[in-house]
Amino acid sequence: MSDASSEKAPAAASFWRDPEKRAWLFQVLVVAVVLALFGYIFQNTLHNLEKRGISTGFAFLNNEAGFGVLMSLIPYDETYTFGRTFLVGLLNTLLVSAIGIVFATLFGFIIGVARLSSNWIISRLAALYIEIFRNLPLLLQILFWYFAILPLLPHPRQSIELGEAVFLNKRGMYLPAPITESGFGWVLAALGVAIVASVFIARWARHRQDTTGQTFPVFWTSLGLIVFLPWLAFGITGFPLSWEYPELRGFNFRGGITVIPELFALALALSIYTAAYIAEIVRSGIQSVSHGQTEAAYALGLKPGQTLRLVIIPQAMRVIIPQLTSQYLNLTKNSSLAPAIGYPDLVALFAGTTLNQTGQAVEIIGITMGVYLTISLSISAFMNWYNKRMALVER
Amino acid sequence: MSEGKTDYIPGQYPDLPPPITEVGVVGWLRQNLFSNWWNTGLTFLGLYLVYLIFVPLIQWAIIDADWVGDSREACTSGGACWVFIRVRLDQFLYGFYPVGEQWRVNMTGLLLAATIAWLTVPKIPGKRYAGLFALVIFPVIAYLLLSGGSFGLEPVETTLWGGLMLTLILALVGIVAAFPLGILLALGRRSKMPIVRALSVAFIELWRGVPLITVLFMSSVMLPLFLPEGVNFDKLLRALIGIVLFQSAYIAEVVRSGLQAIPKGQYEAADALGLSYWKKMGLIILPQALKLVIPGIVNTFNELFKDTTLVMIIGLLDLLAIIKAALEDPNWLGYSIEGYTFAGLVFWLFCFGMSRYSMAIERKLHTGHKR
Amino acid sequence: MSENKIHHAPEGLPAVQMQGVHKWYGEFHVLKNINLDVARGERIVICGPSGSGKSTMIRCINRLEEHQKGHIVVDGTELTNDVKNIEIIRREVGMVFQHFNLFPHLTVLENCTLAPIWVRKMPRAEAEEIAMHYLEKVRIPDQANKYPGQLSGGQQQRVAIARSLCMSPRIMLFDEPTSALDPEMIKEVLDTMIELAETGMTMLVVTHEMGFAKTVADRVVFMDGGEIIEVNEPHEFFNNPQHERSQLFLSQILQH
Ligand SMILES: Nc1ncnc2c1ncn2[C@@H]1O[C@H](COP(=O)(O)OP(=O)(O)OP(=O)(O)O)[C@@H](O)[C@H]1O
Ligand SMILES: [Mg+2]
Repeated sequence: MSDASSEKAPAAASFWRDPEKRAWLFQVLVVAVVLALFGYIFQNTLHNLEKRGISTGFAFLNNEAGFGVLMSLIPYDETYTFGRTFLVGLLNTLLVSAIGIVFATLFGFIIGVARLSSNWIISRLAALYIEIFRNLPLLLQILFWYFAILPLLPHPRQSIELGEAVFLNKRGMYLPAPITESGFGWVLAALGVAIVASVFIARWARHRQDTTGQTFPVFWTSLGLIVFLPWLAFGITGFPLSWEYPELRGFNFRGGITVIPELFALALALSIYTAAYIAEIVRSGIQSVSHGQTEAAYALGLKPGQTLRLVIIPQAMRVIIPQLTSQYLNLTKNSSLAPAIGYPDLVALFAGTTLNQTGQAVEIIGITMGVYLTISLSISAFMNWYNKRMALVER
Repeated sequence: MSEGKTDYIPGQYPDLPPPITEVGVVGWLRQNLFSNWWNTGLTFLGLYLVYLIFVPLIQWAIIDADWVGDSREACTSGGACWVFIRVRLDQFLYGFYPVGEQWRVNMTGLLLAATIAWLTVPKIPGKRYAGLFALVIFPVIAYLLLSGGSFGLEPVETTLWGGLMLTLILALVGIVAAFPLGILLALGRRSKMPIVRALSVAFIELWRGVPLITVLFMSSVMLPLFLPEGVNFDKLLRALIGIVLFQSAYIAEVVRSGLQAIPKGQYEAADALGLSYWKKMGLIILPQALKLVIPGIVNTFNELFKDTTLVMIIGLLDLLAIIKAALEDPNWLGYSIEGYTFAGLVFWLFCFGMSRYSMAIERKLHTGHKR
Repeated sequence: MSENKIHHAPEGLPAVQMQGVHKWYGEFHVLKNINLDVARGERIVICGPSGSGKSTMIRCINRLEEHQKGHIVVDGTELTNDVKNIEIIRREVGMVFQHFNLFPHLTVLENCTLAPIWVRKMPRAEAEEIAMHYLEKVRIPDQANKYPGQLSGGQQQRVAIARSLCMSPRIMLFDEPTSALDPEMIKEVLDTMIELAETGMTMLVVTHEMGFAKTVADRVVFMDGGEIIEVNEPHEFFNNPQHERSQLFLSQILQH
C-alpha cells in the first residue's frame, strides 16, 4: 500500500492508484477468502459426516428421545421427541435465569446502597462482599455451593423447617404449592381491578397536583388497594385456595413444589455472583450524579426523599439501566454452566445429552448458539433504543 | 447598619483545636458509626454480622485447623484439613507433568514473572520491547520449554499438563493470541469498507452473543468435523482455538472504545502528513488508543482468567478441575470445603490483584489527561 | 417585582445573624469566630483570597455545611439539627452556584417549576406562570422547553437565578456566579443580578467582580484565613482599606 494521497489528477486515476477502487478490490478478495474457507469447511464436514454415517438435517428433532430428565416444567418422559427435549431445556434455562435475575437484582441493590452507606462497617462489609464474589470464578462458586455446602444440609428427616411449610435439606427445597378452587378467578379479577384503579389514581393525583398543587400519597394508596382488594375478594368467595404442603413420606418429601438441589445451587450462585456486579453498577450510577445536584435540590428546599426521587434516581437510572440489562444478559449466558452440576438446562440437555445420543453436532450446536444469539441481539436492540430515547440532550 | 464600618482585629483568632466530638477517634466514631440512632442500629447489625461470619471462619480455618501430616488420619481436630492441600499441592500446581521435568515449568514461571514485572513496573525502561517480548518471544520460549522435543528436552504431552500451570497457559495464550486478532477486528469494525465492516461486526457479535461453554463445545466437537479426514489435534489446542476466537471479540470491543476516544484531529493530522492507512494506525492512532484501553484489557483478561475454569466441562484438568478430581479420591472424601477454599484463594489473589492494577492505571490515566 | 412583597417579615430583625460561628473540617479550622449581621434588603459582597472560607461561610447559611460552634439565625429561625428549621430556612433562602447545578434531565421550565410544585405545593399552571415570569425577567423565555445542556453558560446561570427566584426567597446567596463564565457572558449575568438588587432583595454575593461590588454592594466583607478581616462600605474599602491584608489583596486584584 503506497501513498495514494499524492495523486493529484482530477481525471480518473489509474486503477491501482484509486483508493476507492482498491478498497473494492480488497473487499472482493476478502469475500472470496471467506467464501473459500466456508466452502472448504462445508466440504470437509459433509465428507466427515458421511463417513460416520450421520445424516444431516433437522429430522432428528422428531425422533424419540429415549431418556428422562431430572426436572421439567412441561410434561415429559422418555417417549417424547428431541424437539421436546430442546423445549424442556430452554424452559429450564429461562427458569433459572429468571430466578437468578430477581434475586441478583434484589441483593445487588441492597449491597450497592449499603456500599454507599455513611456507616463505615456496613460500607466495608458491602465492599468485602463485592470484592470476594466478583473475583472468584462463577464455576467455582457453583461447585462450592453444590458440592461443599449442600451436602452439609441435614437429611430429609431433620430438615430445616420454616413454619412447617418450607423445608430445606440435602435433597432440595420444598415449598407449599397453591391449589386454586372455583372462585379464585374473583381474586385475580380483584387484583386486576386494584391495578387498574391504581393507574387511575396515579393519573388523577397527578392531575390534581397540576391543578391545585396538593400532593396525594399515590404509592401507599395503590399498595393498600393492591393488597386489600384481592384479600377482600378472597374472603367473600370463601378462601378458594388451599395449599398442598410438602409431607415427609418415608425417606423423602412428597407434594408441594420441589426445588431440586441443582436448581437451588445454580440459582444461588448466579444471584450471588451477579449481585456483586449489580452492586457496583448501582454504586457507580448513584455516584455519577454529581454532589452539586443534591446541593442544588437541597438549596431549593426539596427534602432528602424528594431529592432522591425527583433528582438523583432519574439521573442514576440512565446510567444503571443499560449496564443492568447487560448483566441480566450475562446471567442468562452464565446459566449455561449448568452441566457442571447436572442441572438440565439447554446446554446440558441439548448440547450435552442429545448431542451424545444423535451425534448431530453441527445442527445442535448451531441451534444452541442461535438461541443465545437471538436473546443477546434482541436485548441489545432494546438497549440501543433505550439509550437513544434517554440520551441527555447536549449541545 | 448605618455605620457600615466594623472593627475586627485580624489574626485575633488563632487556629483552635476542634471540639473533641469532631475529630480523632471520638469524632471518627461519631461520624462514621453513631451519627444518629439509625446509624447506630446499622453499626450493631454490622458488628453482629462480623461476629457471625468471621469468628467461626477463623476458628475453622486457623485455630482448629490441621496443617501437618500426610494422610487424612492427621486431621483430627475438627477444623480445616489443610493436610489435604499439602499432600496434593504438587498436582494442583503442575498437573501430571513429570516430577523430574517440573523445573521447566518453574523456569517458565520465573520468566513470566520477570516479563510481567518488566511490563508493569514503571521504573524499568524499554516498555515497547517488553511488549514485543511478551507477545512474541516469550510464547516461543515457553512453548519450547514446556512441550520439549528439541534442545535435548524430553517431550511432555499436553495431556499431562494440568493444575495452575494449565490455567495460566489457557489464560495467557488466550490473551496473547487474541490480541492481534482483536485489533484487526476493531480496525475492521471502524473501516470505511462496508463489507469488511459487516464481516467484523458479524464476527464480533456472534462470539459476544453466545456463552463461552457453547464455543468450547463447538471447538471440541465441531472442529474435528471441519478439517479434512485424518487431521486431528489435541484437546488443549482445540480449547485454545475456541478461547481465542471468543476472547478476540471482547478485545476488539475494548480496542474499539479506545479508537473512538482518539480525537478526530489526530486522524486528520496523520492524513495531512501523508501517512498511509497502516502507518497512520500503527504509528499514531493505535499507540495512543492501546494506552487508553490498558485497564479495559486487564479487565477482560480478568474475566478470561475466571472463565478458563470452563474447560473442566470439556475434560481438561485446570486448577479447579484437578482439585475437583482430587476431591473424588476415596482417600480424601469430605474435604470439599478445603479444596474449593484453596482454589478460591488462588483465583482470588490473581483476580483481585489484576482488578486493583487496572484501577490504579485508570486513576493514573485520568489524572494524566486532566488539564 | 413589587418591593414590599419581599419585606413582609417581622421588621427590625436582621435577615441573617451570625454570632461566634466556628467550623472545622477535621482538624482544619475553616471558619473562625464569624460575626456578621445582614439587614433586610442589604447587599453584601464577600471577597478574599482562594481558600479563605467564603464559600464555606455562605453555605453555612442554608445548611449545606454544618457549623460546630456559635449561632446562625436566618429570618428569625435558628439553624440547629432540627430538620423542620432547616426546611423552613431552605425554603426562604435561594442559592446560585458557580457551576449552575441545573438538573440536566429536566427542561428549563421543569427546572424552575420543580421546587414550587413539590415544596410550595403549587398548581402546575401557576408554577409555570411564575416560572415564565422570571424567565422573562432574566430574558430567556424562549428557551423554556430546551434542556440545560443546550444552553450557553451565561444562559444556564440565568436559568439558575430564575429557578431560585421561583421559590420567592427572601434572601439570595451567590457563590462566585460568574467565575465559570466567559467574559461576554459575565455581563449578562451581572446585569441580571443588578436588576435583582434593585428590587430590594437581601443578597450575599461571593465574587471577585469589583465593579459589581462598587455599584451594588452596601457593604464589602473581606475574609482571609477563615476570619472576617474587614467589613466596610465599598467606597471606603476600595479607596482606603483599613488592613494590610486587604490592601495587599486589592493591589493584586487591581493589577489584573
Ligand atoms: N469538604 C471539605 N473538606 C475538607 N476541607 C475543605 C472542604 N471544603 C473546603 N475545604 C477547605 O476549606 C477551606 C475553605 O474553602 P472554601 O471553599 O470556603 O474557600 P473559598 O474562600 O470559597 O475559596 P475559592 O475562592 O477558591 O472558592 C479551603 O482551604 C479548602 O481546602
Ligand atoms: Mg469558593
